[in-house]
This record gives sequence, structure tokens and C-alpha cells, in this order.
Amino acid sequence: MRYMILVKSIPTFEAQPDTGFQPDPAVFTAMTTYHEELARAGVLLDANGLKPTRSGWRVRYEGERRSIIDGPFTESKELIAGYTLIQVNSREEALEWARRFPNPVGAGQPAEIEVRELFEMDDFAPSDELERFRAIDAAI
Amino acid sequence: MTVPKPTADAITRTIAAIWRIESAKVVAHVARITHDLGLAEDCSQDALVAALEHWPELGIPERPGAWLMTTAKRRALDHLRHRKLAAPRHDALGHETDLQYAIAAQEFSEMIDTRLDDDICDELLRLIFTACHPLLASESRSALTLRAIGGMSTAEIARAYLKPEATIAQRIVRAKRTLAEARVPFEVPRGEELQARLASVLEVLYLMFNEGYCASSGPHWTRPALCEEALRLGRVLVGLMPQQAEVQGLLALMELQASRLVARLDAQGQPILLAAQDRSRWDALLIRRGLDALARAEALPSPVGPYVLQAAIAACHARAASVDATDWPHIVALYDALLQIAPTPVVALNHSVAVGMAFGPAAGLEQVNALQNEPALAQYHLLPAVRGDLLTRLGRNDEARAEFERAAKLAGNAHERALMQKRAAQSSTRPASTVP
Repeated sequence: MRYMILVKSIPTFEAQPDTGFQPDPAVFTAMTTYHEELARAGVLLDANGLKPTRSGWRVRYEGERRSIIDGPFTESKELIAGYTLIQVNSREEALEWARRFPNPVGAGQPAEIEVRELFEMDDFAPSDELERFRAIDAAI
Repeated sequence: MTVPKPTADAITRTIAAIWRIESAKVVAHVARITHDLGLAEDCSQDALVAALEHWPELGIPERPGAWLMTTAKRRALDHLRHRKLAAPRHDALGHETDLQYAIAAQEFSEMIDTRLDDDICDELLRLIFTACHPLLASESRSALTLRAIGGMSTAEIARAYLKPEATIAQRIVRAKRTLAEARVPFEVPRGEELQARLASVLEVLYLMFNEGYCASSGPHWTRPALCEEALRLGRVLVGLMPQQAEVQGLLALMELQASRLVARLDAQGQPILLAAQDRSRWDALLIRRGLDALARAEALPSPVGPYVLQAAIAACHARAASVDATDWPHIVALYDALLQIAPTPVVALNHSVAVGMAFGPAAGLEQVNALQNEPALAQYHLLPAVRGDLLTRLGRNDEARAEFERAAKLAGNAHERALMQKRAAQSSTRPASTVP
């Protein structure tokens, strides 16, 4: 099972410069340590921080029209500042890892992360296969 | 928002999850002090039992890992004292001093955490190398590895291997006894011995992975818990030994093969061969991770080994948008290299398939015919299957039918048998023609 830990943005994140950004050293250390621990347990698949929304955009669909809306976006509670993707055996294991996630804003600061389970390929109905056969690789 | 009081069942599941996260660290650290994996594993299990007893009452401690660690160490100390009283042994004294020190230091828990993290990589490696010791029978190695490093219960391991729980329990007990009787030191081998012992570790993980991947035993496909666990342990090992090309190679191979897991079966649970798989169902993230691991392996100076080569072959398939877009000549070259260092009959057979794809069916058939008298392949249904396929492409349908019928007789399970019979029937109705 895969779970994505989503870090919610705050106005401070949104105000970060695009380059030369200096994260809070204490937060940075805690995040690094935590992700090292995930990697050491073999559960870390992917993790990244996202640049502020001013360098992003949205595509809005209205009827047949598509319009591009440039960032920045303001409703920071709805925005994502980063994600960590883990693979675990159970919901409880994901919960236990999420519980240990460092406060992304800084110890004692109000902050929120959200955890979501990913759809897996076999959650979808398989499409009918064209039954062709060619022996290749003893491991099919 | 009020949080409802968790049920006993929920707490048990939470403890199991914490155990999976913490157990390898606990076992490795205690074994470092007791110099005995079996004892360390028993004491760690005691700590887990204690947690299951106390936590539902007291709530889950703030730092559950430290709680388990301290409890396991105290059990180890009790054991050693007891053992010393029963049979004085000169080395138990040293262990006890180690333990006393470790437990005293535990009181400074913040400090110990930092120190633990420095040591833990080395300790985990010792644990992996000890559990996969060549002295142990192959199936004991896997069971002990899953138990001591994977944090899996005997019941979970038994389910994964479709074996009775008693069988698995016995394997683990026997493995611990063997290690204790042979006085196997709890350490990472050095120098020349390292490569030989590493081969044993990699073999344990790859056999575990394949057991889950092929699941040829039993009529039902089980969710591949073994694949996922082998993959996780492979990721752990790469973190511990990033400079070993074969470790990176094995991880790359497992990531790439796992990327095809769900595409390997149709709606009825029947296997779909690589050529016919819907490539849109391959897992892009796992492919990327596999290609990254392969790139890391190929960038290392060490000589290319069998896992790196197999990963490189898997990567050729992963990079190709279709069977026809596959770089078959490159795959042939990789099999040539693999035949130099790991000349097994199955590798030779796969090599001939690749030759047939790269240079036409006649060239492939010439290669396969050279394997006809190979005793190891005498009962292997894919040998006639491959011949049948190449003969079909050459328009020699009567001979092809005979081969598919032979393959059907040798097939290991009903699905494969049905597939071979179907191909035999198709050969009878197909007009003879030469395929360019």
C-alpha cells in the first residue's frame, strides 16, 4: 500500500524566494533525519518540496474552453508545499510513520499535514488483453 | 474533534505496525551486545509480548522504540545472569558488563538515540549477514531474515510461503540453534569473504522475491507479500551498502520486475506473457526507481555481476514502448555477457529467444537446437514452447504442433497447459507459410 503525506502550505512558505532559499535549520535537520529513517526502513519511494505557487499555474476547463490562470494563489490552506510517498504494509504502519513526521513549520507552530492512500493498478478492472504468445524470459 | 478510545484490536494492530518499524533495530542492537542472534531475537519477542500486555492498559509510550529496546535489553541481561548461574562461562561476564553499561546509558535516552543512529547501520548489516549465513539451509535463511529483519510474525511468514505455521517456526528455531552451536560471530565479513557472503544475502532476497513473483504453487494468486518485503529489504540493503554494484543491481532488477506485477495477470488470474502485456499498466514510478538504481550500479567501478546484467536486460524491456520497439540486439549482447559469468541452461534458453527476436527465427532455432540434449532442460516446458514458437514463425506448423503438445505435457500448472494446448490447436489450423 502506498500513502502520500501532503504538507499543507502556509503564507510563509508562499513567500519563499525561488532560489537561495534558507529553510529553518532546525526544521531542515528534523526533516532530513526523518527521511533518512524512512529510507533506512526501506519504505521511502519519493519525496519533494514544491516551489511557491507564484511560479505555478492552473488550467481551468469551462465547456470547450481552457484558460490558464497564473499563480500565486492565496488560499494557502488548500495549497500543497511538499509531499512524501511511502510504501507500507498496513494503514497502521502509515499512521505510525505519519505520527513521526516533523512539524513542517517548526516545533510548536500551528501546521497541518494530510495523508492519502494511493490507488493501486489492481484497484482498477483489468482491460481485456489481446492473447498473443511469445516465449520470452522464463520470468513472465 | 474528539478522538474515540481505540479498541483493543486497533491497539494490537498499532503495536504490530510499530513492531515492523522498530524490530530490526531492536534485534540488531541487542545482538550486538549478546553476540548471539538467537538470544537477541527471543528477548526482542519478549519485549513485543510485554508491549502487547502493557500498552493497551497504559497507552502507547511517547517513544515506543526506546521502550522496546530497553525492555529487550533487560531481558537479555536476565538471560545472561541466569545462564551464568546455571553454567559459568568466561565470556558471559564480558557480555554482562556490556549490557549493564548499555542499560545504564539508556537512562540518557536522548543521547543514546543519537549514538544508536550512528551505530545502527553497522548493526543492521551484521544482522542481515548473520541471518543469511551460508551455514543455514536456504529456507531457514529466508524465514529468519523475514522474522528478525522484516519484523514479520511466524504466522505471516507461513501465510506468505503457503506453509503450516509449525514448519516455519521449526525452521526459525533450527536456524537459531545452528548459529548458536557453530558460534557464528555477529559481524560483517571482511575482505574476500565479504563478496562470497554478500552473494548469499542477495540470493536470499532474490529467491524470496521470485517466490512471490512466480507463485507457481497453488491454484490461486496471492497478493505478493514476499515480493514487497524482498523489495523493501533490498532498499534497506542499498542504503547500507550503496557502493556494492550487485546490491544496486539486485534492487534495480526487483524494482523493474515489480513494475510489471499487476500487468502479468488477466482478469481471470491467468498469466500474460511479457510480449502481450498492456504496458500502460506497468508502474512508472517503479520503472524510474529501477532505472535509477541500474544507473548507480553501472557508475560504480566494481566488475559487472549477474544481477546488474539481469537488471540491464529488464531495463531494455522497461524502456521499450512495445515488443517491436525493444532493443533486441542489445539484449542478445547482455545475455552473451551473462552466459560468460553465469552459464545456466535457462539463461542459454532466454539467450536463444532474444536471438530469435533480434536476428530472425532461423537464427533463434539454431541456438535452441543446441540445447535439445541439455539434461537440466529435459523437463522444462519452455524449451519445446520456444521451439514451437520459432517453428511457427518459420511456417513449419506440423513440427510446431508437436512441440506445443510436448510443452503442454510438461507444463507445471493448468494455465500454462491450457495455453500450450491452445497453441497446438492453432498450429493445426494454420496454413503453412514462410514468415519473412
